[in-house]
Amino acid sequence: MTETNEAPDGASRSSDGVEPLLKLRGIDKHFGPVQALYGVNLDLPAGQVTGLCGDNGAGKSVLTRCIAGVHQPDHGQIYFEGRPVHIRSTRDASALGIETVYQDLALADNLDIVQNMFLGRELLRHRLLDEDSMERRAAETLSTLRVTTVRSIRQPVASLSGGQRQAVAVAKAAMWNSKLVLLDEPTAALGVVQTRTVLDLVKRLRDQGLAVMVISHNLNDVFEVADRIAVLHLGRMVAEGPTTDFTRQSVVEYMTTGSANGRPFEPAGSASVEG
Amino acid sequence: MTAHSGETPTETPGARTAVDFAAGHETAGADVPAGPLAQSLRQYFRAWGLQIRSGNSGILPVVLAVVLVAVVFEIITPEHAFLRPSNLVYIFGLSTVYMVLAMAETVVLLLAEIDLSVGAVALIGGVIAFKLVQQPGPGWPWWAAILATLACCGVIGALQGTLVARLKIPSFVVTLGGFLLFSGILVVILGGANGSLSVSSTAPNQRVIYDLVQGLIPPVAGWVALAVVVGIAGAALWLRASARRRQGLVTPPASLIAIRIALVALVGVAVVLVCAVNRGTALVAVAGVPWVIPIVFVVLGAWTLLLQRTRFGRYVYAIGGNPEAARRAGVSLVAIRTWSFALCSATAGLGGILLGSFFYGQYSTNTSDPGQLVLYSVGASVIGGVSLFGGRGKAIHGVLGGLLIGGIAYGVSLLNLGPLASPLEYIVPGGVLLAAVLVDVLSRRGTGSVTRV
Repeated sequence: MTETNEAPDGASRSSDGVEPLLKLRGIDKHFGPVQALYGVNLDLPAGQVTGLCGDNGAGKSVLTRCIAGVHQPDHGQIYFEGRPVHIRSTRDASALGIETVYQDLALADNLDIVQNMFLGRELLRHRLLDEDSMERRAAETLSTLRVTTVRSIRQPVASLSGGQRQAVAVAKAAMWNSKLVLLDEPTAALGVVQTRTVLDLVKRLRDQGLAVMVISHNLNDVFEVADRIAVLHLGRMVAEGPTTDFTRQSVVEYMTTGSANGRPFEPAGSASVEG
Repeated sequence: MTAHSGETPTETPGARTAVDFAAGHETAGADVPAGPLAQSLRQYFRAWGLQIRSGNSGILPVVLAVVLVAVVFEIITPEHAFLRPSNLVYIFGLSTVYMVLAMAETVVLLLAEIDLSVGAVALIGGVIAFKLVQQPGPGWPWWAAILATLACCGVIGALQGTLVARLKIPSFVVTLGGFLLFSGILVVILGGANGSLSVSSTAPNQRVIYDLVQGLIPPVAGWVALAVVVGIAGAALWLRASARRRQGLVTPPASLIAIRIALVALVGVAVVLVCAVNRGTALVAVAGVPWVIPIVFVVLGAWTLLLQRTRFGRYVYAIGGNPEAARRAGVSLVAIRTWSFALCSATAGLGGILLGSFFYGQYSTNTSDPGQLVLYSVGASVIGGVSLFGGRGKAIHGVLGGLLIGGIAYGVSLLNLGPLASPLEYIVPGGVLLAAVLVDVLSRRGTGSVTRV
C-alpha cells in the first residue's frame, strides 16, 4: 500500500452523483415489541469503503444481516445497482454478489486454505473434487490481494495466525465476483501488525472496485480505511457522509447522543447554511 | 493406495515451519513471497518431523505400534509362534472384520459423533445375509443377499442418523439404544441363548458367502493381481504428482513419491509372500491370499475416494471441524449427518457378513459379542489416528488400527493364560484405546485447535 493520506480521493467520488451499488431506503425492522431499525437510509458506493459505526445495540448487526439476507426488513426497500431487490436468504445475497465476513470467521480449522475458500462451492470434474483448479484459483486470488504471509495454501487454517485467518476469510469473500463485501469487526482481537495487514487488504478490495462496508468499534481503523462514515444511534441513521465531514470527536458524539454539538448531522454540501 | 494419493494435498510440507514462523515473526513474514515450497527431501522430512511433534503425524504412530506389537508378541508367545504364516493369515482374517467396522466408525467420528451400534448392526447384517441364502429358505443368490443386507443396514443407520441430525438427540444415546435393541433382536433371530445360523460350504451359492474370508486366491493369481494393482496405482500416483508439479501446485518431492510407491509395493509383496506359504500339510496344501484382503482394499479405496475426493467427504470434514462454518457455507448438516450414519451402518453390515465367514460360515450367540465388536471398532479407529473430536482421520487409519487391534487380540489369546485370557482381550485393547485417546487429546491441545469448551 502506498496510499497513506487520511482523506483519499474517494471522498470526492461520493458526491459525483453516480448511483451507489447498494441503496437502502426507509428500512424498518422489529423483533416482537423491540424496534431495531427505524427508517434507515444508507448508500454503499462501489470502489469505496463505508465505515458503519454505532454503540452496542445501535442496530449495526441487524442492518448488516438485513443486507446479508439473514433477516428481512419489515418495511423499506433495498436497491442493488439501481434495481429494487428482495434478499430473502444468504444464497440470494451471494447470487447478487454480496458476501459477509463474520466476526467469528466461519472457517473450518481442520481444512486447509484452499478447502476453506471453496467450502460450499467446490469445483467438480467428473463429479469429483477438482483440487488442481481450486488450488490455482485460490492462489490467484490470494496473490491478487497480496496475501503473501502464508507459506503454503495447503496448510490447515488451524496453523494460521489471527491476521492470516482474517485475511483468508476476506479473500474467500472477495473471490466470487463479489461486488459488496460486509466485514463485521474485522480487526477485533488482532494485534497491531495484523490489523495493518487486514486494513491494507480492505483498501485493496476497494481499489479493485468493490464496495466494502466495515462495521467497527475502533475509530482509528474506521478513519484509517473508510471513505465514508455512517453512524447508527438507537436504530436510527444519525449521520452519513464522506469521512472528511467527520472528526473522531463528532463520530463519538453521534454514536453516544445521536447529535454533535447539540445539532443533527448536516451533509457537507448544505453546511454553508451554518452561521 | 488411493489413500496415499489423497494424502498428498492435506499433509503439507513446511506447514509447521510456517506456523512457528508466523507465530514468532509475523512482522518479518509480511515481506516473504508465497513462492513454491522448498521441496527437497531433506527439508520435507524436517517439516514432517515438526508435524509429528505437533500431533499431525498421519499414519506413522500406528505403523510403529503395529511393528512394536509384532515384535513384542513374537518374543513373549510360547515357541515364538506369533509371526508364523498360519497365525499371520489368521490375524489378517480377524483384522479385516475390525478394519471394515473401523472404516464404518471413522465417518461418524469425523463428524464428531459416535456410533455405538456398529457391532450390533454388523451382526444383524450378517444374520440377514445368512438367512437370505438359506436353502431351504429364501435361497437368494449371494450378491442379492449382500446388497439387501447393505440396504437394510443402511436404513437402520439412516433412522438412527435422522434421530441424531433432525431431532438433535446426542448420537451417544441414540446408538446406545440401537446397540441394546439390535443385540436383543439378534438373539431372537438366532433362536435363543444357544442358537446358531450357518451357511453351507458345499452349496455353491452359499459357498461364496463362506469363502469371503475363508476362500483363497492361488498364490500365482495373487502375485499377478499385486503386480497389476501396484503398477496401476503407482503410475497413477506418479503421473498425478508430476502433473501437479508442472502446474506449480503444492507437491511433495518426487523422491518421496517414489519411496511411498516402493513402501506400498513392499507391504503388498510381504502380504502375498506370507499368504503363499503352505499352511496346511504336505498332503493337503493350504496356500494363497484370502479373498477378504482384496475386498478390504476395495472398501478402503471406496471410502478414501468418498472422503477425500467428493463434496460429501469435504462436508463431513467441514462439519467435524466447524459445523457453523459448514452451515454458513450452505452445507445441509441434516443430510450429511443422516447419510453418514446410513453409510456407516451399511459398511458395518458388510463387516458382519465377513465376521460370519471368518467363523467358518457360522453365527452363534456365543461367538457374536456386539459389545466387544463396538469396543474394537471404535478402538481401531482411534488407535489408527482418527480424532474423537471430529474432522481428523482417514479410512486408512481405520485399516491400520484394525490390524493393530486384531494383532493384539489374537496375540493375547496365544499366550496360554487360561482364565486370564478372556479378560485380557478386553484389558489390553482397552488400555491401548485409552492411550490413543490421551495422545489425541494432548496433540490437539498442542496445536491449540480443541474447539470444544
